[in-house]
Amino acid sequence: MKYEVTIGLETHVELATNSKIFCACGGHSSANEPNDCVCPACSGMPGMLPVMNKSVVELAVTAGLMLNCDINRYTTFDKKNYYYPDLPCAYQITQLFNPICVNGKVQVKTNSGVSEIGIKQIHMEEDAGKLVHDEWTDTSLVDFNRTSVPLIEIVTHPDFHSAEEVVAYLEMLKSMFRFGNISECEEGAMRCDVNISVRPEGATELGVRAEIKNMSSLASIERAIKYETARHIDALERNTEVLVQETRRWDDTKGRTFAMRNKETEADYRYFPDPNLMPIVIDDEWLNEIKAKMPVSAEEKAKEYADAGISDKEIEMLTAERNLCDILDEVVALGCSAKEVAAWILTDCAGILRKNALLLSDLHIAPEKLAKIIKMVNDCKINRGAGKRVLGAVIENDVDPEKYCKDNGLDVQVDQGFIEGVVDRAIENNPAAVSDYKGGKVKAFQALLGACMKELRGAGDPTVIKALLEQKLNK
Amino acid sequence: MSYYVTEIDTKGNIAVDDTLLVKDVLSTAGSHILEGFAPLFSAEVVERVQKAGYTVSGKANVGEFGLDLVGEFSNKAATKDGSLVGAAAQLVAEGSVKAALGVDLNGAPRRAAALSKVNFIKPTYGTVSRYGVIPCACSGEQVGVYAANIADLKQVLSVISGHDDKDGTSLQHDSYDYDTDLEVKGTKVCIIKELLSSADDSVKASVSAYAEKLRKCGVVVEEVSFDMVNAAQTAWQILMAAETCNNLSRYDGVKFGYRTPNYNNIDELYVNTRTEGLNFLTKATIIYGSDVLSKGRYNDCYDKSLRVRRLVVEQIKKLLGDFDAILTPVCSKAEYKPYDIAEAFTKVFDESRYTAIANLTGIPALVSGGVQLMGSYFDESLILSLAKCVERVSE
Ligand SMILES: [Zn+2]
Repeated sequence: MKYEVTIGLETHVELATNSKIFCACGGHSSANEPNDCVCPACSGMPGMLPVMNKSVVELAVTAGLMLNCDINRYTTFDKKNYYYPDLPCAYQITQLFNPICVNGKVQVKTNSGVSEIGIKQIHMEEDAGKLVHDEWTDTSLVDFNRTSVPLIEIVTHPDFHSAEEVVAYLEMLKSMFRFGNISECEEGAMRCDVNISVRPEGATELGVRAEIKNMSSLASIERAIKYETARHIDALERNTEVLVQETRRWDDTKGRTFAMRNKETEADYRYFPDPNLMPIVIDDEWLNEIKAKMPVSAEEKAKEYADAGISDKEIEMLTAERNLCDILDEVVALGCSAKEVAAWILTDCAGILRKNALLLSDLHIAPEKLAKIIKMVNDCKINRGAGKRVLGAVIENDVDPEKYCKDNGLDVQVDQGFIEGVVDRAIENNPAAVSDYKGGKVKAFQALLGACMKELRGAGDPTVIKALLEQKLNK
Repeated sequence: MSYYVTEIDTKGNIAVDDTLLVKDVLSTAGSHILEGFAPLFSAEVVERVQKAGYTVSGKANVGEFGLDLVGEFSNKAATKDGSLVGAAAQLVAEGSVKAALGVDLNGAPRRAAALSKVNFIKPTYGTVSRYGVIPCACSGEQVGVYAANIADLKQVLSVISGHDDKDGTSLQHDSYDYDTDLEVKGTKVCIIKELLSSADDSVKASVSAYAEKLRKCGVVVEEVSFDMVNAAQTAWQILMAAETCNNLSRYDGVKFGYRTPNYNNIDELYVNTRTEGLNFLTKATIIYGSDVLSKGRYNDCYDKSLRVRRLVVEQIKKLLGDFDAILTPVCSKAEYKPYDIAEAFTKVFDESRYTAIANLTGIPALVSGGVQLMGSYFDESLILSLAKCVERVSE
């Protein structure tokens, strides 16, 4: 018999805000030590009240617009009650009754085609802290750095029918959110609950549903879905077990799922509207403001770059990192051509980073400085080799390009006349090499060229110098 | 005996209830479970009175989290001649301080003021910051002022009122004008019949006497029927208990305050800490609140109460459209005797009949001369002027 698997996803995404959702603490990624980013509010001390971080609303709306959702103009917060040591107030502020975004849809491409996934809703909520188990002393320690870090939870309809579709969807979310500066989507910043059921093809009722909780790596999600699908089919086909609706946990080392204790799954969260947070009203003016600030998508950016003559391969590398596009766009705005900036970033910058064991995604460079270097090279103030040297110094030590050239003698004024003088002097001062060359020893040319380069100290375009030297020698 | 949990400055002129935080001073809300808790910051109202030149004398005893009648179930119950009194109200009555700040979540400070014959105002919800109030019932609790006379009360109220960024429900006005005395002659005040009939004769008599004095000020006083008294009382009980249940769940022995020595695992840590750290009334309130929020009861209890709240607001606005203020008793009796905590939940519920409307709807309520005056939103000035006029007539 053939079976159909049906999957719905709940995806938690950590938002890239400067501060937590209801207090002024920095996001947990800025913390060095446990409990570095904690204040009386996010550690649950009595008397502190939540104050809404407006940029969380804006990022959630932006994400909703990206996923073609309707934006609820009236949105409210609710309290979800449960006891856990990483939850300092013993309640989580989330949205149950009036979530911020509803009714979205996205298209997901896999090798087997394109499918449409319905987005049921997106809601805002605060994250919980983290428990660290100390095996030595057999105690648990609480780290509240992550407490109240803003999240959105994206709930899909049960529209997925394979692990491939799920992975493609999550990859799409990841690149979309990274590119749109919604989330940094680094390890652990995107976590998934997978609802999965299997039924014989053609059956009208859905099969018994299992929920696999809290997975963050795409590889685990894929393996868990495949494992669960096989487990359900086995149960249906060979009565290996009686399927019950339950919550399960994926064990990555053992490569299988386990049922979680009932106690954790049958909780009554006693949700109710949070009286400390006024309803948020998103009027036309605010919505339009958010829309105006909407980042362009990677696809739009790719099209723009193709029109500017950048190659497909380069476009792929650039649009993988929002940061690179931002640098490129800003350097272009300062008067350089997109094509040449792309080459500088993807070849020269990449090379320097590689030497420092860094990736392109680690590139930090002031666009003004990169533009300056490119212009100096284009204006023949320095040659490309020297340009690369300056670039290295800028990336590694953030030096001022012009000052660096001056300090290192790279800033020779090299107009055509100056180069001619240098070439003339090289011929005049090296009569032996000249006569060797004229006598047919090609190697002697290198000695003369070397003499020119030495005087120019790296400035000037080598091809120009070479041509000029050849021309004078052959006269 | 001392009415203070912690005395801060013997020369201080303003006392604050122990449900308000004062930086670095033990703040326990009258509960064992907050044992040893010294906050890192002061309540906004405390900051404001200090900035205005007042000195805090100390933390006045309150009943655990302010949930009881007047403070009888704190660590140290206050009594006077065998009758219950509220600590802050009594400090004001005895003249040890000029005024006191208290948190009104279910009427305790209002009842205490009536018993000690001082004034207390619970201002309009949202006019005074709740930042630094040890929270129970966020949707209806407000910081108010106790004072021996209306002039002092107005002064302190002006100081603590006005917008605060740290409280998301704080209204936008920077300040409120309570200084102008309004002309009360010709204003209309109603007495809610349903609240009068349930009170003792002595209370009825004091309401009548107060009404007489109002008439002397040229105020028209009439009895009217308001058929939402029971609904308002029940709705506030449900909302108050649910919010209290939620707000008190943070006292779990993990982070601060009392932690039981009797535990082997996290569940025992939670259960035993709370069993040992909270009193019977608080536990009853938590269980009641947990029940009304549970899946099977939410729609019929909590959600319905939210809807009742909207109806009561609508009806009270209508009543306050026809009249300028409402006159009612604030306690059913002229004095309370000490009683067993097992009866507390019911007793408090019965007495909240007189106070619940103001917590539920957020309208201002002033206790003066042992009775209660309620007014329209932001209309503190009028009820204060009425009380001031009666004060003058009484002299
Ligand atoms: Zn914080």
